[in-house]
Amino acid sequence: MSTLAVEGLRVRLPTPAGEVTVVDGVDYEVQPAEVFGIAGESGSGKTVSMLALLGLLPEGSAVEGSARFGNDDLITMPRRRLRSISGRDIAMVFQDPFTSLHPMLSVGKQLTEHVRLHLGLDRRGAEERAIELLADVRIPDPRAALRRFPHQFSGGMRQRIAIAIALACRPRLLIADEPTTALDVTVQAGILRLLDRLRREHELAVVLITHDLGVLSSVADRVSIFYAGRVVESGNRADVLQRPRHPYTRALLDALPHPEAPKEQDLVAIGGAPPSPGRIPPGCAFHPRCAYAVDECRSVVPPLVPVGDRRLACPVDPFADE
Amino acid sequence: MTQVAAEVRIPRRRFSLGAAWRQPLAIAGLVIAAIWILVAIFAPLIAPHDPLAQTFTPAKGPSWDHLFGTDELGRDVFSRVIAGSRVSLPIALVLVALAMTIGSTVGALAGYFRGVTDGALMRVADLVFAFPAIILAMVVAAVLGKGLFNAALAIVVVAWPSYARVSRGLVLQVGESEYVQSARLLGASSRRTLFRDVLPNVAGPIFVLATLDLASAILLLSGLSFLGLGAQPPKAEWGSMVAEGTQYFQWWWIGTFPGLAIFTVVLAFNFLGDSLRDVFDPRTVRRVEPE
Amino acid sequence: MSALELSDVVVDYHGRGGHVRAVAGASISVERGTIVGLVGESGCGKSTLARAAVGLVETAGGTVLFEGRPVTSLGRRTRPAELVRLQLVFQNPYSSLNPRRTVGSQLADGARGANVAELLERVGLPSNAIRRYPHEFSGGQRQRIAIARALAANPSVIVLDEPLASLDASAQAQLANLLKRLSRELEVGLLLISHDLAIVRHVADEVSVMYLGRMVETAPTLPLWEHPAHPYSEALIAAVPRADGGGVLPDSLPGEVPDPSHPPTGCRFHPRCPYAFDRCTVEEPPLLELSGGRASACWLQTEGRAPAPLPNLVGTESVE
Repeated sequence: MSTLAVEGLRVRLPTPAGEVTVVDGVDYEVQPAEVFGIAGESGSGKTVSMLALLGLLPEGSAVEGSARFGNDDLITMPRRRLRSISGRDIAMVFQDPFTSLHPMLSVGKQLTEHVRLHLGLDRRGAEERAIELLADVRIPDPRAALRRFPHQFSGGMRQRIAIAIALACRPRLLIADEPTTALDVTVQAGILRLLDRLRREHELAVVLITHDLGVLSSVADRVSIFYAGRVVESGNRADVLQRPRHPYTRALLDALPHPEAPKEQDLVAIGGAPPSPGRIPPGCAFHPRCAYAVDECRSVVPPLVPVGDRRLACPVDPFADE
Repeated sequence: MTQVAAEVRIPRRRFSLGAAWRQPLAIAGLVIAAIWILVAIFAPLIAPHDPLAQTFTPAKGPSWDHLFGTDELGRDVFSRVIAGSRVSLPIALVLVALAMTIGSTVGALAGYFRGVTDGALMRVADLVFAFPAIILAMVVAAVLGKGLFNAALAIVVVAWPSYARVSRGLVLQVGESEYVQSARLLGASSRRTLFRDVLPNVAGPIFVLATLDLASAILLLSGLSFLGLGAQPPKAEWGSMVAEGTQYFQWWWIGTFPGLAIFTVVLAFNFLGDSLRDVFDPRTVRRVEPE
Repeated sequence: MSALELSDVVVDYHGRGGHVRAVAGASISVERGTIVGLVGESGCGKSTLARAAVGLVETAGGTVLFEGRPVTSLGRRTRPAELVRLQLVFQNPYSSLNPRRTVGSQLADGARGANVAELLERVGLPSNAIRRYPHEFSGGQRQRIAIARALAANPSVIVLDEPLASLDASAQAQLANLLKRLSRELEVGLLLISHDLAIVRHVADEVSVMYLGRMVETAPTLPLWEHPAHPYSEALIAAVPRADGGGVLPDSLPGEVPDPSHPPTGCRFHPRCPYAFDRCTVEEPPLLELSGGRASACWLQTEGRAPAPLPNLVGTESVE
């Protein structure tokens, strides 16, 4: 049984100009011990869709759809139960390791407090568990680290601490929103290796949200490509990233500088920019920038349908025979 | 499992004061302020009686003939309240304009030249800040002597440092900004960037401060008059009228209506200032950044 | 004579605990019409070096020469006219443009008669942008406006501090192509500072790698990429994840970047270097000149010779 099954997720956010649909019908499933990657640029709705699952949207937002987690539906769950689940069964790691840790509390305090709250351990038990967690994320000298404060650690170390806090209560699902975007590339490599090991050792399902296809290429098992609030392609990592079938996925991959491509060639840039949530074109949201668009694309929103081993939202499917 | 769940809405907190809620307040503020300004302009035409004229019907409660009643000398309170707008409003406007000009210039100079100039100027400002406004204003007014003009001067002395602080802070902050650095890299002189880049960014918050300060100025002016240091009898000034009212408590209308006048004007300018702040400060405007 | 030449530049920051040497003797040069990439991770001092190169920050040692003349630091005096042709584009397109002035008026700051509409056209923006305000444009477009503003001064060298960092993939690609084109067409030298090695590989003609305040390697782009001559360059290249769906985890470096106020003895990189030997802990290697226009600050290399291939231990024992 899947750890998380999202169906028909729609999110509307209040703005000064009225309500805006930011997520427009998203489905996906995450299996245990799997890294599920969600890729998208700005305005794709990838972060908002996660915030919706955890009840972290601003007031006045509207959420439709279901998100089955175990026997519960995260969307219709009463807030009190949702609060007890998040942090314990579902954990989240954010992009900025500077703001996700409390600057005035020692690392030990932040870890033990969390553990005592959700697991009811006593002080000694909580401390031992905290040291165990810090060792697991490879923080050198964990016992001394307990007494230090976040600002005394580098960005990469802080992110490891954030991961340790996230894993403290042995969650079934970890949601990581751009966890390495703010980090240097060598530090990022370390964090990706860490996440990979942790999910194997702890049978943890991971949802990894990022704009960086390289990151997904290295660590994800399956990926979902978001564009303008919808899923345009999803499937196995190798299928989608090596043999992309949706014109947007292909264009996104083409725009990246390839380590073996000749330098004289210009990068293939996609004209225009991703639409902002209030201004999504009718029909397929990508059609104004798509070289393969036909009339149908301008009026009909393409459904996400199974095509071979993957799911694709493009009836034109221009690269089918490759 | 295939059934799509009903829509879930996240309810608004009941007393959230978002930008949307402020709009009616801002409009109310604008309307009230506008009414008072019109009253001040057309005062002689609106007032039914001569504000200084004593009649033979002293201490009469509100009636059709005297909407706000008459005071202990038989003067029409309504006309006096109207006349009072001609005193408080223009003086407050002028003194705030003066304090704003002096204060922002001092602050801008401090921020621009820094070093010793900065230190000296801001220490003077700090000195003024060290005293509670009303106390200092009282002292200065007492030293200068009674009268509205001196009271106004006293308030200017007390009010200018807030502008200096805001203006200095902004000049420093904007001066370090990347767009000013870019302009300087392109060969613009420091002076040129001061006027083209820095000051336009300083003007907004200074004007917000001024609008809010108008409310304080009117309050201070009335306060000084209440204490006998500002307007002198028989001048119709709201503060001194409230003072009269405290002496004749049984005739509640003498002090209440001028007090209400002060209250509504101060409130109006506060609402206006608040909404102006929302307009200028991007952080208070609730923005949704979908991602 | 290079258009922009930095030699042994030293920059100190005076903080609370005394001073920190953000740049500890770095040299780099940029010719007209070429693109030089400067790469490095946090704390290496590349942004500081960029600012020192244009005079926004004072140097504590070394020289910065632009067209043969020393670059003075920008005090309160107006920048000397001969330096105006040395420009800088900042990283953040949201804070480098004045929100209260129109695009046209900001471009006119440097234009001095030059045609503002033409500048906009050169960077691919419509001429009606002149009357509009920065907030009406996207990040990528704002960055183009910033570049147009730099072009207004008819520069011979532009320093760009992480210009692509806050942009989407499409905007990055568009801007990278634009930079290449501008450099070729206008014969402008570009010093492109970036942490994104893949983009730098695609755009730059030459690359300099910086670590903890010093240059550790300089070389033409492709040779550096294929045969790095410094262990840090090798590690950086191996840490870049590839977007080819291959499922290969990138290699990481053990340890952390040391505190710049207490750099290691000897070679600054030795505590994290898989090939370090005794000389490395004791003597700091200078930037040794190798054949083929390359240079490397590593004792595995011999001055004057061709770059020696590295033992290639990086990757076999990758840690988390």
